[in-house]
Amino acid sequence: MYDRTIRRRRLTLAALLACSLLLLTVFFGESNGGALHNVQRGVFSVFAPIQEGASTVLKPARDLFGWFGDTIDAKDRLSELESSNEKLRARAIAGSEALRVNAQLQGLLNLDNAGGLAAAKPVTARVIGRSPTVWYRTVTINQGSNDGIKTGNPVISSDGLVGQISTVSGQASIVTLISDGELAVPARVSAGGAQGVAQTGAGGAGDLRLKFIARRYRVEPGAAVVTAGTLSTTPGLESLYPPGIPIGAVTKVIDPGTDAQKIYLRPYADLQKLEIVQVLTAPINGNRR
Amino acid sequence: MSLNYRSLGWRLVLICIVTVVFQVAAVSQIRILGVNADLVPLVAASVGLIVGSLPGAIFGFAIGMLLDFALVETVGVASLILLAIGYAAGRLRELRDPQGAIVPLLVGAAATAAAQIGFSLLTFLLGQTVPLGWSLLWELLGTVALNAVIAIPVYLVIRRSLLAALPEDPRRRRRRAYTTGGLSPLSRS
Repeated sequence: MYDRTIRRRRLTLAALLACSLLLLTVFFGESNGGALHNVQRGVFSVFAPIQEGASTVLKPARDLFGWFGDTIDAKDRLSELESSNEKLRARAIAGSEALRVNAQLQGLLNLDNAGGLAAAKPVTARVIGRSPTVWYRTVTINQGSNDGIKTGNPVISSDGLVGQISTVSGQASIVTLISDGELAVPARVSAGGAQGVAQTGAGGAGDLRLKFIARRYRVEPGAAVVTAGTLSTTPGLESLYPPGIPIGAVTKVIDPGTDAQKIYLRPYADLQKLEIVQVLTAPINGNRR
Repeated sequence: MSLNYRSLGWRLVLICIVTVVFQVAAVSQIRILGVNADLVPLVAASVGLIVGSLPGAIFGFAIGMLLDFALVETVGVASLILLAIGYAAGRLRELRDPQGAIVPLLVGAAATAAAQIGFSLLTFLLGQTVPLGWSLLWELLGTVALNAVIAIPVYLVIRRSLLAALPEDPRRRRRRAYTTGGLSPLSRS
């Protein structure tokens, strides 16, 4: 009896392990339109409305915990907050939430007007989910193909570029953030016009690197880096990103003026605290300047 | 006295779905000191500790699979890691049956560390870019510390959710006997 229990346990464990490895191999080997990818998209479509509902229901709890987190981070404001009574505190939480969302929407509107992005048919969306591990850099938003969103559309926040759409269902989409190693964005240094590619690099979870900058360009810390837009004149090679969207600021340059120069960026958008974003659903003039 | 498999199964399915929804829709979006908690390895380890290695492994596999599907990630990665965590926690209970009050805390911290290291190794082996750095190390250690803080409450919630479907724990039965006077040596004297 005891031997049978052990045998059954080992057999089940081996079967689960084999199943995991098989799924991993098949998923990694098949194309984006493969059977497992299709099943995954189906599950995502079912799961997205539940996730959105849960996100809405759990917003007060999130705000409460977020308020605690902000309080810990901002110790200098602690005494001021402690002095307020419970009713005022609750009102302050609700008020600050509304103000923050309003500021983000206003920032997005300003960015649209200043960057001429209104013609890119921006769709405003709310972040409803976030991957739990630091290895997967994605967020889920509550707008999908029903709102005109397509795979590859750029995503911006009020501060600048956030990432691009990687998966779309009817009512929700997955945004791959610019801190993901898979993304590379054609970029330009505002002062001087040096052009390269912004991509994540060693140094920190949120840091970016500006690569392939010619040595004749001297890039100074603090310089602003924006999307370069389409550089090629060949049809079919248009960039996904319109020109002029702020990406980040140069934080340091190692070996400046050489072929091996390393330029580090800090993204303008706070990728850890995204709430409201916009998806640019239509290219403007092939995203050329 | 035996396991109520049907009741236990339904409870585990419910815990699996609620955990993934709660993690993705709320917990992942709450950052404390720059890190966020990860309930999934805690729940997988708690189930293993409470129910045993085989249900722990199956639960770990299922919750990992649901997580990979819900987040549109590489299918099989989370299920592989979480099945190992559920199984290991279950074996710990079966072989050692640790009794201390801080056991869930230690097991939760170990499960979180194992999950983080497992994810990083698999990510690296699958050829994806892993931006190594101090801030990332801080994020990994911070997640382990934060999860250690919430490990005991999570364990208690899971234990309470599963208690009705489990065979009666001899220790619990003994404690109750003493409090009601039934089997206490003092009451007999």
